[in-house]
Amino acid sequence: MGSVRLLDGAEIRRAVTRIAHEILERNKGAQSLVLVGIAARGDDLARRLAEEIERIEGARVPVGALDITFYRDDIGMRAEAPEVHETRIDFDINGKTVVLVDDVLFSGRTIRAAMDALVDFGRPAAIQLAVLVDRGHRELPIRADFVGKNAPTRKDEDVRVALIETDGEDAVYVEERP
Amino acid sequence: MNKHLLSINDVSAEDIVRILDVAESFREVGTRVIKKVPALRGRTVVNLFYENSTRTRISFELAAKRLSADVINFTTSGTSVAKGESLKDTALTLQAMGADAIVIRHSSSGSPYTLTRWVRGSVLNAGDGTHEHPTQALLDLYTIREKLGRFEGLRVAICGDVLHSRVARSLSFALVKMGADVTLVGPPTLIPPDAPAWGVHVSFDIDEVLPKIDVCYLLRVQRERQRQQYVPSVREYARLFGLTRERVGLLPEGALIMHPGPMNRGVEIDSDVADLPQAVMEEQVTNGIAIRMSLLYLLLGGGSEGAVADG
Repeated sequence: MGSVRLLDGAEIRRAVTRIAHEILERNKGAQSLVLVGIAARGDDLARRLAEEIERIEGARVPVGALDITFYRDDIGMRAEAPEVHETRIDFDINGKTVVLVDDVLFSGRTIRAAMDALVDFGRPAAIQLAVLVDRGHRELPIRADFVGKNAPTRKDEDVRVALIETDGEDAVYVEERP
Repeated sequence: MNKHLLSINDVSAEDIVRILDVAESFREVGTRVIKKVPALRGRTVVNLFYENSTRTRISFELAAKRLSADVINFTTSGTSVAKGESLKDTALTLQAMGADAIVIRHSSSGSPYTLTRWVRGSVLNAGDGTHEHPTQALLDLYTIREKLGRFEGLRVAICGDVLHSRVARSLSFALVKMGADVTLVGPPTLIPPDAPAWGVHVSFDIDEVLPKIDVCYLLRVQRERQRQQYVPSVREYARLFGLTRERVGLLPEGALIMHPGPMNRGVEIDSDVADLPQAVMEEQVTNGIAIRMSLLYLLLGGGSEGAVADG
């Protein structure tokens, strides 16, 4: 099975730092900003972005985790009910600018589900999207506001993001699907 | 997971952990302003209740509605059943209407099993005769795990009319499966003769058991069954086995008091005992919705083969 490393640890770190700067620039600071990471790796990335934002701006932004399983459009199309992760948004998102954070942007269906989930928590002033890797092949009219790396891929390849918090290393791989 | 939930024997210890974990996510959904997710949009859940039950039916109804499923409540009074329709014909009718899940409560033990022969959807046992009530056992396990954090080696006493209690059966099987140490407590006439085969202990003296347990689970005295004289009188039962204020003093600190409801205050539990902070009946009710959401989601959320891409 072929596997090519797309990003190493240092490159991920630089991408996160750059995205943190871009988020602050676009939103003219960190006031009324909240980060919501999509489980399972988006929430780790959201925490890293929050640390970077705190380092740059000296302000702590709220970080939440969102599981989109119950909002998927393919429930019942799989053999097993999809695995469920934790959702934890213990702050008010009404009137806030919510930056959704995910590891890979692909079909756009996860983000569609995440936006549906998010509006059940309140009415944000704006929703923006930050992703570590945009691999193309969108099936919905969705684009990212902040991208770590644009990576043209074939549809039959997998993009696998490994993060120290869950996988013990920082790396992004493009893998041949077995 | 099996397609149906008929008995605790249908689920493995790993399944139970998964059901409880998913229920935890649904507990979170229950704390939101909008307590509803679209997971089972377009699915139909039928509540088929041949026996009166307000709390279990409402709990299942709310669970299905919070998953965005369509719910039909089919009770026996004033329906085709009152006109003499058989279970089979009712089942075939519901089948023809496209029910994805049927939640059945019936006074005959084993009727949920029979139902599975006639319908294509999932069947969930909401209590069948004196056989089982698996969703009650699972919500009790959830409550115990949430409060005490473990099952292994946990000492649980199930007190009262074990003989007629489907709750006691399901809960004993589930707790034993998870490694807990279960003692059935009650008058000899109300302890099933085959109880030792369940892997549980038996005691006829509640005062001897109370100091050695982490959970005191009280069963409802089923007054409707008292005609058969299993105990001399309800008052004598209350004196010998009721959880009074004095008996609560025998419990170790931190022990939970549980009851599946509806309670007979002053019989199996004193009124002021039911209102103590260690009595977690309200939590049991709240957790019941999350457990039933979890079960409906796990049973109906799967479906046809074939992977769909992530992203």
